Amino acid sequence: MKCLIIDDEATARMIINQLIQKNPNLELEQEFPNAMQAIKYLNQESADLIFLDIHMPDFTGFDFIQTLKTPPNVILTTSDKSFAIEAFEYDCIVDYLVKPITQERFDKAVQKAIKAKPSKKVEDPVSELNKTDNDLYVNIDRRLIKIDISSIYLIEAKGDYIHIKTFDKNYTVHSTLKKIADKLPDDLFLKIHRSFVINTKHIIDIEDNSVLIEKDVVPVSRSNRPELMKRLNLL
Amino acid sequence: MKEQPNLSYIHQLSGGDKDFENKLLAVVNRELPEEAEIFLSNLKSGDFKEAASNVHKLKHKISILGLEESYCFAELYEDELREGINNRQAEFEEILQGMLIFIKS
Repeated sequence: MKCLIIDDEATARMIINQLIQKNPNLELEQEFPNAMQAIKYLNQESADLIFLDIHMPDFTGFDFIQTLKTPPNVILTTSDKSFAIEAFEYDCIVDYLVKPITQERFDKAVQKAIKAKPSKKVEDPVSELNKTDNDLYVNIDRRLIKIDISSIYLIEAKGDYIHIKTFDKNYTVHSTLKKIADKLPDDLFLKIHRSFVINTKHIIDIEDNSVLIEKDVVPVSRSNRPELMKRLNLL
Repeated sequence: MKEQPNLSYIHQLSGGDKDFENKLLAVVNRELPEEAEIFLSNLKSGDFKEAASNVHKLKHKISILGLEESYCFAELYEDELREGINNRQAEFEEILQGMLIFIKS
């Protein structure tokens, strides 16, 4: 099984590496000191098993799992016993190892991973939205938060995330512009740039290459401009 | 008698591979003083939550060096720091000091 290690502590990575070397079923592909690097890697490559620390700065192990559409099987490695119950809410987590890890316990966890089926697809934060006619539910920190669709005036793509701006509040969700655009009514929302979708009802004015929407000036790409112009009730 | 750091876990892990043992101890030797310093700095600035996270990280090294009682102590201390209580600092610093001396020897 091709495996990865994600742990911000070099000592822990070295110990898990040693445990992997002694297990004939495992082949270490890469190790990462943080989840972001691992996410980038997994966008290009695959793995069968991940040894994942929970407590990491910025991005916890659970956050990491949530970002993956189809996570491989995961064995958590942690100094904290208190997350065991939460851990088994995830289909992809096959075992939970409390540091310091012995070879015997490690091998037992690997056997569980071998027997486990490939993990199921994790709910995508946006594609799994419980969409009703007027509402959109987005997954933020494992909470499904309801957003009134009509209150959304702008969505901006930034890297692996989208910022959803409403009149009351802004939300950051791990998803893509295309996924959210597919969930929104076509008669209200329009992609005007590769990084922006707007709610056309809230346009204040339009200049040559930009739209003023609420207090945001949003660029309009040349290719999207004709569609925008078609939507307007021009005098 | 107060418990002393030891290498039994590291020996067990290495299966006699001295090269691995030396490399692992070198990594611990590099990380431990850094982590201890960050912990003390967070305490100094009154950031007990962050200090609790530091204790959490240090717990792994405490366990690697076979300090079972100290590990239990660190668990309590971590929980207390999360609640904004810092009554065990002196004793915890003593544990860290013992580990630092041991790892450098």
